[in-house]
Amino acid sequence: MYIYDHYDHEILRQRVAQFRDQTQRYLAGELADAEFLPLRLQNGLYIQRLAPMLRINVPYGMLNTQQLRRLARIARDYDKGYCHVSTRQNIQYNWPNLEQVPDILAELAEVEMHGTQSSGNCIRNITSDQFAGTAPDEVVDPRPYCEIIRQWSSFHPEFAFLPRKFKIAISGSQMDRAAIQVHDIGLQLVTNDAGDIGFKVLVGGGLGRTPVIGSVIRDYLPEAHILTYLEAILRVYNLHGRRDNKYKARIKILVRAMGPETFAQAVEEEWQHLKGAQSTLRSEDIERAKSYFTEPDYQTLNDAQAQAGVDALAGEHLAFSKWLQRNVRAHRVPGYAAVTLSLKPTGIAPGDVTDSQLERIADLAERFSFGEVRTTHEQNMVLADVRKDELFELWQAAREAGFATPNIGTLTDIICCPGGDFCSLANAKSIPIAEAIQRQFSDLDYVYDLGDLDLNISGCMNACGHHHVGHIGVLGVDKKGEEFYQVMLGGNASNDASLAKVLGPAFEAEQMPEVVQNLVNVYLENRTDEELFIDTYNRIGIVPFKERVYAKAG
Amino acid sequence: MPKLVKDGAIIEDTWQRLDKPAGDAADVAVPEGQVIVPLSVWLAQRNALQARRDIGVWIDSDENALELGEDAKTLPLVAVHFPGFMDGRAFSSARLLRERLGFEGELRAVGAFIRDQLCYLSRCGVNAFRFDDETTDLEQAKNSLKDFTEFYQAGVDQPVPLFRRRA
Repeated sequence: MYIYDHYDHEILRQRVAQFRDQTQRYLAGELADAEFLPLRLQNGLYIQRLAPMLRINVPYGMLNTQQLRRLARIARDYDKGYCHVSTRQNIQYNWPNLEQVPDILAELAEVEMHGTQSSGNCIRNITSDQFAGTAPDEVVDPRPYCEIIRQWSSFHPEFAFLPRKFKIAISGSQMDRAAIQVHDIGLQLVTNDAGDIGFKVLVGGGLGRTPVIGSVIRDYLPEAHILTYLEAILRVYNLHGRRDNKYKARIKILVRAMGPETFAQAVEEEWQHLKGAQSTLRSEDIERAKSYFTEPDYQTLNDAQAQAGVDALAGEHLAFSKWLQRNVRAHRVPGYAAVTLSLKPTGIAPGDVTDSQLERIADLAERFSFGEVRTTHEQNMVLADVRKDELFELWQAAREAGFATPNIGTLTDIICCPGGDFCSLANAKSIPIAEAIQRQFSDLDYVYDLGDLDLNISGCMNACGHHHVGHIGVLGVDKKGEEFYQVMLGGNASNDASLAKVLGPAFEAEQMPEVVQNLVNVYLENRTDEELFIDTYNRIGIVPFKERVYAKAG
Repeated sequence: MPKLVKDGAIIEDTWQRLDKPAGDAADVAVPEGQVIVPLSVWLAQRNALQARRDIGVWIDSDENALELGEDAKTLPLVAVHFPGFMDGRAFSSARLLRERLGFEGELRAVGAFIRDQLCYLSRCGVNAFRFDDETTDLEQAKNSLKDFTEFYQAGVDQPVPLFRRRA
């Protein structure tokens, strides 16, 4: 994991001092609302429906136990004893006091954390694969590159007042778990025929009001050039992105207006001036970044023996075997596995976690996974390096702590934004819909039989709940002051990314569990042995789902 | 006389800035003295204005700084304009002026920018700051230049990124 040196600490200390001064000026009436707005946003602070919301970056999802314990302490001392894992791997507090935010940021700085650029029209937190460094299908570990880009983008003087927010995601594996096709810039680490590392560069993807799959503007960019190339993309966007209409200000609109080829050409021309500058990475710069992401102290284990032990216990404990199937993933190191702790038990807002739970997770990480934890964009947490022969023990401890719901990747592992209960942008509540659907599907065996099924809920078209890329997507809409829910089908955030299609007229909140049940029934009646929900949908199309749902609802 | 911050000091602003013309830029009468003309006026009257040593050019946020071309090297002053402080194009324009066109004169921010942008602007090569808002406390504004003293990425002020300077 990256460790700050005196430079990082000094820069962050200066940032906290700057924001403390800005907050004081605001409170003293010396800084107008409109001027304070982007300054507080770029430190993570929103003014929300009920209270401010503070978003803390978790760079590419990596946390150590000291950070988890500090997050817990802040939840206890400054908030109502809980926080929320966001759909971009960040942590959000829902009830801080504006006056105390500089103190919170100072406490975070002590553990190398911050809210810098977690909001506002700037380059946001870099997100990545929660299984980075451990996944068997990994080509290149993305984390050193995430860190290099994190530093480059932090406090970037030229790109702090972009036309709109800007999100970068990086994947280094064959299966994309970072949703790079729906980011402003998606970077796929690849190797060329000579084995040299580089990036496939996608631009202009995104969700929100106008969902778009990103366009590839370069198939192979040598790793040395990543920063100058990013600078070229951002400069073209900063100078030419629309500023007259915030709904048309994202880079996807510019790429679409220019056409991906013309956009790529403009970037190429700009890059010719920047290429080879001092921001070019030398091999020692990349090696230095890599030196922070070395392997933990893995033991040499007999995988077959460890697996036999796990299998035997799975035979005795049905619940353990289900947990293994849903919440445990293969690891590239023999004898190890990656475990997802579910933050989606029924009745809890998806992604919410209390102070004492954070501390329990820290304990588990210390005991089972080299003291590190990752957050996921699906709003769960991962212990990435667990010995297989300790899985049973971990399962028992996780179950006791409430993190062992065996629902990862299933219908009840719902991605859900905070919605109208908290967010001032929302048109409708989302958390109660998630809960009602979870209750409809309370039979774990039934959910387990359905297999992988992504259900994503957003409370407005800003799409924080990624509804366009859910196999089933739900969008809260407002019609004359009443909350309704539009349902869409067939979205997918992974390699063969696709955007969901709207099923038909929106539903009332009370109808939603039945609607989802009807969709599931159509799947169950039509599926072949091997098909997941999305496969059946892709084969039979939207019509059978539509007919069923509107026949019943009508 | 109004004041501005230049090279870290508060001084009097001896320059006059002409508004963009409603009509033809070629017809604008450029007065005597130190005058900052709109880009369009410079481009239309370049031959006549080049003879003077007291002409600067201001570039609006939707104009292309690169249109100054080689002229940039001969001008004593170029200004980048903020129609609103959220319009961040001036940051890129400033860098292009310094790093692409080799402009070495006074690079001035003008318009609706705010004190809290000074540190980043100076990293982009701006060395003079003339606030539209004349109630701005220039002493305090000056201090904002030092909000940060260390930086990760390359800038006009420090072309070597931190990763190459780390011991």
